[in-house]
Amino acid sequence: MSIDMSQFHQVFFEECFEGLEAMESGLLTLDMGDIDSEIINTIFRGAHSIKGGSGTFGFTVVAEYTHIMETLLDEMRDGRRKVTQPAVDVLLGSVDCLREMLTAIQNEQNVNNASVEKHKTALEVVLNGGSVAEEPALPVEQEFTSENISFNDAPDVDEEESVGLEEQGWKIAFCPYLDLLKTGNDPVRLFRELNELGELTTTVNIQDVPGFYELDPEECNISWDLKVVGDISGDEIREIFNWVEGDCEMEIQPLAKAAKLPPVVKKIDPEPTPVIIPNNPAPKSVEVKPKPVTETKKPDSQDSDNEAAKTTAKASSIRVDTDKIDTLINMVGEVVITQSMLGLVGENFSMDKVGQLKRGLAQLERHTRDLQQSVMNIRMLPISFVFSRFPRLVHDISSKLDKKIVLKLVGENTEVDKAVVELINDPLVHLIRNSLDHGIEMPADRVAAGKPETGTIELKAYHRGGHIVIEIIDDGRGLDKDKLLAKAIEKGLIEENNLLTEKQIFELIFMPGFSTAEQLTDISGRGVGMDVVRRNIQSLGGNIEIISELGKGTTIAIHLPLTLAILDGQSVAVGDETYIVPLVSIIESINITERMLNKVAGKGETFRLRNEYLPVIRMRSIFNVHSGNPTKSKEGVLVVVEGQGELCCLLVDELLGQQQVVIKSLEANYRRVEGVSGATILGDGSVALILDVPGLVRFSIR
Amino acid sequence: MAQEAENKDIDQYHYSRNLDNAVQYLSFALGKEEYGVDILRVQEIRSWEPVSRIPNVPCYEKGVVNLRGSIVPILDLRERFNLSKAEYTPLTVVVVLQTGDSNKTRIMGVVVDSVSDVISVDKTEIQSAPDFGTKVSNEFINGLVSVNERMVMLLDVDKLLKLEELDQDES
Repeated sequence: MSIDMSQFHQVFFEECFEGLEAMESGLLTLDMGDIDSEIINTIFRGAHSIKGGSGTFGFTVVAEYTHIMETLLDEMRDGRRKVTQPAVDVLLGSVDCLREMLTAIQNEQNVNNASVEKHKTALEVVLNGGSVAEEPALPVEQEFTSENISFNDAPDVDEEESVGLEEQGWKIAFCPYLDLLKTGNDPVRLFRELNELGELTTTVNIQDVPGFYELDPEECNISWDLKVVGDISGDEIREIFNWVEGDCEMEIQPLAKAAKLPPVVKKIDPEPTPVIIPNNPAPKSVEVKPKPVTETKKPDSQDSDNEAAKTTAKASSIRVDTDKIDTLINMVGEVVITQSMLGLVGENFSMDKVGQLKRGLAQLERHTRDLQQSVMNIRMLPISFVFSRFPRLVHDISSKLDKKIVLKLVGENTEVDKAVVELINDPLVHLIRNSLDHGIEMPADRVAAGKPETGTIELKAYHRGGHIVIEIIDDGRGLDKDKLLAKAIEKGLIEENNLLTEKQIFELIFMPGFSTAEQLTDISGRGVGMDVVRRNIQSLGGNIEIISELGKGTTIAIHLPLTLAILDGQSVAVGDETYIVPLVSIIESINITERMLNKVAGKGETFRLRNEYLPVIRMRSIFNVHSGNPTKSKEGVLVVVEGQGELCCLLVDELLGQQQVVIKSLEANYRRVEGVSGATILGDGSVALILDVPGLVRFSIR
Repeated sequence: MAQEAENKDIDQYHYSRNLDNAVQYLSFALGKEEYGVDILRVQEIRSWEPVSRIPNVPCYEKGVVNLRGSIVPILDLRERFNLSKAEYTPLTVVVVLQTGDSNKTRIMGVVVDSVSDVISVDKTEIQSAPDFGTKVSNEFINGLVSVNERMVMLLDVDKLLKLEELDQDES
């Protein structure tokens, strides 16, 4: 009897990726001077369990590969081998490689053998160096320094996709017509001949094979993607296929050039054929290589397929502490007990049981609230899920830029909603790259400015009143206000004689198309700007602010709601309608009468709040509400809100009350409505719209 | 009465004779006109209840209601088709329809005067809509069919529920 192993695959992959993360962070924390054996143990354990798991599931490629890593780590653990930076770099590279392999297997794609081989060789070189290491100490040092060079080269080669390795070979898309076999040709014979020329890898494309009953054994429904590695001339390959010319559609491309040159389609038959491989979207059958350089076929669609597969895989499961589940089960138990108690009361109800009923209902209410809270808790993940990838990023980029930078993580255990965790990653990567590239100066400049040579970036997360705050603090050069202003004027974003506050000047960097970097580097300054960062954060219902001092450093603070599913809202009445204003955007509310508003030349109204004139948005007119008692608008309530860093006032009829509301999407069945971020269902079952304050401000200006 | 029974028999006959060609429609009335929608698109039929208004949208988009936890927009078909307005009474009916492709389905409610019948129609009997003779612009009409000598206009649910500016919301 066989068990279907595939049901365990998901768990296996998750464990593998967790193990890889542990290995990675272990490798990064290894301090060359003082090796902590516990860290090495952790790394070793990670590799060991991946090896064991992949062996069990039959992923031999992974198992073999991990075995080499394990051997190396084992020697390090036993102290037979010194831990050196180059060796660690190679190990880091192999962690990446393993991750690639596992992702490929998870998405049921072929593993990129070339890059695996390369990493394997690098590992083996280190291992072989190790056999020398057991001999006297002096040569060991030399051995390692000489290797040092090759190791440092290794990652570069990796990025540029080793030309030497890949160039020697051909990629052939071979798609025979249905009657190939009838003409007496046998593809197997062709492949055998190809194999004699060089190492042949084949990928079979069987998606056009019909069902068993329609299958005609004399028809060839299969097509192939072939890869021959070796020093072969194109003519040699064409010669082999000479016999099948006219019976097939094929495309021969050199491996390395394929990406640079448009594919040379050698069309043998002038008639169009129904099956052309490059148009085949089936992700399973097409060989995908992670590196874009060697990708020859429809890189876009494959990439997106790939991405889609990844994201769906990500969204499919969540790991929850057993503690949380226990609490949840307890809560449910309580609710069930209360329910049966209430049922008992209801069975023979008489008026003297009213007290009992009330008590029961109160209990039910309390339990429901607790239950809701513990369910929401399940969605909460520690922010370390996001933070944990940054040490690697900082490590890689700082060495690329020749800067010395340490990353400090504070408050990694702060919990946030899973959706926030998933969406905050990209903006954070962008901000950290910015800090690395533009914020922190070169070591020499830092010393000249009287600062320690090593720059510090601090990534900090903490809770503050129903919010999570993420701060990115660097001690770099800070933002230059004058330069920002000059740039903004030059780009025509602001008028020359505009007086801006410090805050407004910093806000300038969020404008689309604004970049102060003199030169664009490949790390930042390309396209995806701060405006996108801000938009992403706003779409999460948060905001972002900058505090900076020239020469001292910059702090970027991101405020996010703890959860995206529930928000604290203030319900307000406008006519007969009820709207919800997110409590976080409300600064204060003031009772006013009509004459406290100042009209500004023709259009627009302002309200003077402690010597500051704030624009007033009349909810009645902006939302075209005609119902309700119009005389009431003579006096109303001004809700002072903050949207996009600016204060403004919403004029509503009255305040109704504060409550937690569950956010429902309007877009699911309807569409986006300007000035509205969502909807919720009130206690009486009716629907109330949740106001999108920044959107409203934008809308009112137009 | 007898004729109706006979008609039903004919429907039944069509149905059994050619299963592939028979389509069932839910017919409803707007004023004196009768319309039909594919019954497989109908999720449920509800009575009218007050909606929450949505600001700054066309007037036929009446607002949204809470349908067992999801927010569902309600369209008024009379206003959509530029017919004279009718007062909403407790007898006014909301037909909840599904639209969209396999990736994403939307649910929307349409307000109609009353629901009449479920009619079985042979596909071959559906005539294409002429360019005149109805107040409804032709884009929503799939075809005409006559049932019991009444004309029923068959509506294309997807086109009907396609909200304008739905895709151009990015500003």
